[in-house]
Amino acid sequence: MASVRTFHLPHYPAYPVQVALFKDVANAAFLRSQLLEANPDFDYAFLDATMILTPNHLLSATFLALHASQTSRTKTRTAHSELVFRLHPNNNIGESYRKFGISDTTTHLIAVKFSLTPNITNESVSKHLGEFVKGESVAIGEEGEELGIWCDVGKVRKVYKLGEEKKTKKGAVVNGNVEMDARKEIESVVLGMITLKGS
Amino acid sequence: MAPSADIAIEPIAPIEPPAPLAPLHALPPPFTDSNLEVLTQGAEALVYKTTFLTPATPCVVKYRPPKPYRHPTLDKRLTKTRLLAEARVLVRCRKEGVGVPGVLAGDWDNGWLVLEWIEGMTVRKVLDEWADKVKRGDKKEGDDEMLGVMRKVGRAVGRLHDIGVCHGDLTTSNLMLRQPSSSTEHASPLFQHRGHQTVSAMREAAMDGADGSEPSPPQPQSELDGDIILIDFGLVSQTIQDEDRAVDLYVLERAFSATHPAAEPLFQKILTSYGESFKGAKTVLRRLEDVRLRGRKRSMLG
Ligand SMILES: Nc1ncnc2c1ncn2[C@@H]1O[C@H](COP(=O)(O)OP(=O)(O)O)[C@@H](O)[C@H]1O
Ligand SMILES: [Mg+2]
Repeated sequence: MASVRTFHLPHYPAYPVQVALFKDVANAAFLRSQLLEANPDFDYAFLDATMILTPNHLLSATFLALHASQTSRTKTRTAHSELVFRLHPNNNIGESYRKFGISDTTTHLIAVKFSLTPNITNESVSKHLGEFVKGESVAIGEEGEELGIWCDVGKVRKVYKLGEEKKTKKGAVVNGNVEMDARKEIESVVLGMITLKGS
Repeated sequence: MAPSADIAIEPIAPIEPPAPLAPLHALPPPFTDSNLEVLTQGAEALVYKTTFLTPATPCVVKYRPPKPYRHPTLDKRLTKTRLLAEARVLVRCRKEGVGVPGVLAGDWDNGWLVLEWIEGMTVRKVLDEWADKVKRGDKKEGDDEMLGVMRKVGRAVGRLHDIGVCHGDLTTSNLMLRQPSSSTEHASPLFQHRGHQTVSAMREAAMDGADGSEPSPPQPQSELDGDIILIDFGLVSQTIQDEDRAVDLYVLERAFSATHPAAEPLFQKILTSYGESFKGAKTVLRRLEDVRLRGRKRSMLG
């Protein structure tokens, strides 16, 4: 059984979102091949955890994907592929998968599953992922606060074209607060960019 | 926008905020009446407070309802254009570090935009409360505290103009004074049920080696210490014309004198601080003289 956290997005209470985090994943190539074959049992958004900045980063793309799917305006096949697509600032689906989706060498993985039908539950997702993901399940916390722990902020800045990180002044103490504030700032811009995507 | 030189500048009458009514329009899906608080119902937009992404994250939903007197196709297109312009400028401001609410989500085809919640008060309210205190003799008109707020307003508008953005509707209701961050945890009435700390607050406490209990502010903070946040970019334009910038200032000046006649000396502080806020600011202030003159002539004729 994998550790799965269920999110209830305000305004979409009918569609809970199941989220799981893994490290030391050894079978990314297999998981990816299942996506490529469109195996219905593997209808997930499998994301590279190094590309997710904060819980809100993931949740906002999740909301937009769900909203597009509920209003029949998806640009991709499923709500799950839409989520991967939604994370990227541009309209290129392949590029979205390359940057945010699982690759054959992914070791840190975030799996997202929408409970669009009643048979998809925290339990069922936990069981299925526990069985098929060869890696260590990591609890993400009550509010998903661990979702950003493996983020490569430099890579994220690059995809969203936010330029080089401002160097902190020599001698300035770089502590957790400063780091969190900086992430909050990036997050705010990124949320706006993925909202504006394609328009 | 029309060529800026032709913009008619009418004297601005004080506008009372509309009394909260029952919602005039239902918001489009997924929004429902539950978990929705009406903030204002203006002519262009309905503004609500609700939550977004997590039940503990307050936000604002701004909805531009269809205008029944306009052709539906044209109406949709205009709404989309305006909303997108507003969202684009907000994101741009965030990138450039100008104080505005972040964009959390939006649906241009259906006319809504979700914005970060700013905990605080409009500058209009700040000035009203100040006027009351002055009347009661608690405070003096030109106290340093209030001058400090005006300095921040001037600087905020200057930053905006410096990146080539003109607000288009610069009134004291469209400027907010953010509550200083150490006191934001308790404020909002809608979200008082939340008993836990935010993740960042917990992290903060952990980093400080504190025990996770209420972080105690280093010194008593004044309510007026927060940042100025510009809101309501529904009439925004991107321009580098000094004329447009001067008109922005003129609109603010009129709004000031209409709603807070006694506070007019305070407005001088805004101009001084604006003048020092970016390279071309002094030229804009000279241009403002012309705009005022035209405004006065117009009102004498009209
Ligand atoms: N991001 C926000 N955070 C907190 N309050 C807001 C925010 N945006 C708007 N408000 C409140 O709602 C009021 C109306 O919003 P505004 O965007 O100015 O719409 P309108 O076009 O109706 O003037 C504001 O004067 C302010 O009191
Ligand atoms: Mg307004």
